[in-house]
Amino acid sequence: MTPSETKRLVAEILAAIAPEADISAVAGDADLREALDLDSIDFLNLVTGLHERTGRPIPEADYPRLFTLDGIAGYFGAAAD
Amino acid sequence: MTVFRMPSLGADMESGTLVEWLVRPGDRVKRGDVVAVVETAKGAIEIEVFQDGVVRALIAEPGAVVPVGAPLAEIAAEGAAAEVAPAPPTPQPAVTPPKAPAGPTAAPPPQAGRVRVTPAARRRAAALGIALERLRGTGVDGAICLADLPSPAPPKRVPAGFDPAAMRAAIAAAMSRSKREIPHYYLSETVDVSAALDRLTRINAERDPPARLLPAAILLRAAALAIAATPEVNGWWEDGRFRAADGVHVGWAVALRGGGLIAPAIRDADRLALDPLMAALRDLVQRARGFALRGSELTSASITITNLGERGAASVLPVIHPPQVAMLGIGRIVVRPWVVDGTVQPRQVVTLTLAGDHRATDGHVGGLLLTRLAALLADAERL
Repeated sequence: MTPSETKRLVAEILAAIAPEADISAVAGDADLREALDLDSIDFLNLVTGLHERTGRPIPEADYPRLFTLDGIAGYFGAAAD
Repeated sequence: MTVFRMPSLGADMESGTLVEWLVRPGDRVKRGDVVAVVETAKGAIEIEVFQDGVVRALIAEPGAVVPVGAPLAEIAAEGAAAEVAPAPPTPQPAVTPPKAPAGPTAAPPPQAGRVRVTPAARRRAAALGIALERLRGTGVDGAICLADLPSPAPPKRVPAGFDPAAMRAAIAAAMSRSKREIPHYYLSETVDVSAALDRLTRINAERDPPARLLPAAILLRAAALAIAATPEVNGWWEDGRFRAADGVHVGWAVALRGGGLIAPAIRDADRLALDPLMAALRDLVQRARGFALRGSELTSASITITNLGERGAASVLPVIHPPQVAMLGIGRIVVRPWVVDGTVQPRQVVTLTLAGDHRATDGHVGGLLLTRLAALLADAERL
């Protein structure tokens, strides 16, 4: 998954969780939870969305790798290779 | 026959705007059915009826500003349902512009075709630009009702009229009243929650994300059980005395991203196991943020919990939501050096706080609640 594909996927998922979130303004290395004011339920919903769209199980231990857009791109990009 | 009135959805609410009816005359309703949407400072709230019966007449029209306690509709008790079949007399609305009575002498000229139409249908037809004369009504007495009209554009959950300033004012009113009237006392206890979190980790390791549990669920589970064991803090201060609640109805404080706060109730939270509690939390938070709460959820809480979450502060001294008599605060879970069996270890701990209304209880009772909560969290396998 390219960085722009990642951004689009995350934006689609977040549109249902936090409609007012403007992901285009979030830097790749910024913590999404801070930048978009996501609480733990929001983040779980984001993980749920990523799981449903990619089929990856995403164990809890991997959550820290999903805190940034760059991290998400790396996490799913690695799987596609 | 009873009159269904505009409910009070908070100590600070004086009136609400009727957004739409979800029932029409002749509809059978059961206690708890959502019958209307009302816009308040807390957003658009779904209003439920509190009795079984048949809707006999809708009194208020969508768009009307209706004072708390003013009639919205007439509902006939179940046994009296037969009365509904003949055309009911048009009731005189108390809060909407008076309509011409249906008598023959007063028939207004535009109604030459004698089209019967419900207020809500008239409004939607106007919005959609549809001529009523071309429709065939299926409502009571052949009246055109909402169901006979095409649905408008997808229903908007966030009403255009939702006003963050109004919510700010509502919070200001409730919190000012709290600090003016309630003599708060505060207690605090920091407890080791490592066992509870270990249990969650083990449960979640075997589950896909949609079924996973958050720390909030197990904290709420323990809190609800501790509250059930401490009924003195679970209820309301009314008319100079404490009234105990009939169940543990936990108001769960939800921060709204646009600013503001709302604490809808999870009813009988002490009777819900971990998974149903987690589902209730997810549902409640989503609906609170989508402004799709029900009226009873805003009025029935018997105690409130504020859980600051992973990005919150380490502890909080809560402000009680009147007329409740206690509020429980749950701080951020942090790793701290902790003495366990005589050695210092890194443990995950959380600071629990209680604000109690000193008119209703003394600190001893509040302390019992925190002690019970700590014991439940230490024995997490049983939660």
